[in-house]
Amino acid sequence: MSATPHPALPAAYGDARQRDLANHLGMWAFISTEVLFFGGLFLAYFIYRLTYPAAFAAGSATLNFWKGTINTGVLLGSSLTMALGDAYIKRGNRRALGLCVAATAVLGIIFLAIKATEYQEMYAKHLVPGLPFAPGVAPAEQLFVFLYFAMTGLHALHMLIGLGLMAWLLRLNRRGQLTMTDHAPVEMFGLYWHFVDCVWVFLYPLLYLIPRR
Amino acid sequence: MNSGDSSLRPLFGTFAALIVLLTLTAGATALPPGWWSTPLSLLIAGAKAALIFTVFMRLRTQGGLVRVFALAGFFFLTILLVLTAADFFTRTWPV
Repeated sequence: MSATPHPALPAAYGDARQRDLANHLGMWAFISTEVLFFGGLFLAYFIYRLTYPAAFAAGSATLNFWKGTINTGVLLGSSLTMALGDAYIKRGNRRALGLCVAATAVLGIIFLAIKATEYQEMYAKHLVPGLPFAPGVAPAEQLFVFLYFAMTGLHALHMLIGLGLMAWLLRLNRRGQLTMTDHAPVEMFGLYWHFVDCVWVFLYPLLYLIPRR
Repeated sequence: MNSGDSSLRPLFGTFAALIVLLTLTAGATALPPGWWSTPLSLLIAGAKAALIFTVFMRLRTQGGLVRVFALAGFFFLTILLVLTAADFFTRTWPV
């Protein structure tokens, strides 16, 4: 790919290289704010887990280990398909990009569907904050359940936004607005999606894998 | 800045490594639990995140400025966690 100015290059940029740098800086600045956004919840998690280790272990034991593990694999797979889509559009392969984004969206939907069945399980066990808890659930364990819903819920919200953005990407691609030299939306969305994947990579051990002693 | 780095093989290799790490962390739950269980699973999560950041998010091929932007959030998160921990571990509540 050459660095020749694209006809559609905004006047603010001297060349495509400068535009790419500005795109990446802006996206990473946004991701840094997201790190701190989720970071507040992780902080609350660590404080309460250190304060109530036994209750958090008991809360973790009520989660479905296999669904959490499979979902981690599903999300890692969706990161692979997204990275492939990015690589394909850089080669000018729009058809492959469309397939990769569609595959990423399908994996994202599978993740959310599995997540929904987990929420359903929690509902059946009367472990949903705001509704009456099952008798005998200690207040500290309720705290774990609250953090579970807050953290996975915020994560799921990010996935839903991601699904909407993928619909937009597919539309841009169908209209031929993503090309070998002009594909910033794909690259920037990829950064977002991989970041959301990274959040789950930490949620998985912290929520599902608390050892019982 | 990212041109030319569109080879597919590192992407598949990274995915394979991520799945191996996932298997390790899930498999480690079969071991008798100990003080190291959570640090180990967090270490593996950190390794996974590092792979995603360097390969999938292309930090490997980015210049210094983008890397600084990428690490800024973690820098401030570290301050948040360390200072809160300093308070948490040294405060004695008047119970």
